[in-house]
Amino acid sequence: MTLLVTVFAAIISTILWYMKAPDNSMQLGTLCLMYWGASIMWLVDAIVEYSEVGAEFFRQSGADMLNDSYLGLSVVALGLIIWLVILFIKDPRGVIRNSLIKNN
Amino acid sequence: MACFLVPASEAVVTTVAQKIIESKEKKDNVQENESVNEIPKVRFSEKLSWLNKMLWGGSALLAFEHVWHGEVIPTAPFLTAVQNGETADMLAEMGTAGVGMAVLVTLVWGGMVAASGVIERRKENSVKEEA
Repeated sequence: MTLLVTVFAAIISTILWYMKAPDNSMQLGTLCLMYWGASIMWLVDAIVEYSEVGAEFFRQSGADMLNDSYLGLSVVALGLIIWLVILFIKDPRGVIRNSLIKNN
Repeated sequence: MACFLVPASEAVVTTVAQKIIESKEKKDNVQENESVNEIPKVRFSEKLSWLNKMLWGGSALLAFEHVWHGEVIPTAPFLTAVQNGETADMLAEMGTAGVGMAVLVTLVWGGMVAASGVIERRKENSVKEEA
């Protein structure tokens, strides 16, 4: 479930990046790459687990699936927080800088 | 256990490489003063930044997953596998899943670089034909 949730986050962020391209002032490219990187890593994790347990891999209990979904959503939230921090530090539109100057 | 440490280590190396290549490219640009007729290409340091973002982002999110499962702890030795004397198992997992993750991310990045190279060459050829 974590893999699935992250893949969906990667697909949605990629669609948003494509719609905005070539304008990358919102750093959506970074968000896409971050989610795709995590998705690829979890895919390898899933392949390794599948090679060990076989079809059991797809027969998860309800509690495990719920926990994994909760983890997936938390991962997406963490990804968004990291992206926001990068966006605010780089501040490509100068929004933070301008608001700080106005306040001073 | 600690598979995310392998792509994270690769990320350290590629980030250093990116910084070195970036400064070299800047120097070369100043020396050559780039010809006006040249079609703008994506610099290699920028292509390397794609790999860095995938590796750093993926490792960070995977590290969070390990914290979630109690495999990473805030106190030394930071890894429960080391604390429980399962270091050999942890290293074996890093050698299979960890290396696999680093290799697959790098392969995907290689595909992205190859695709961008093909697009740039096509663009170059079409401009040459028009001229």
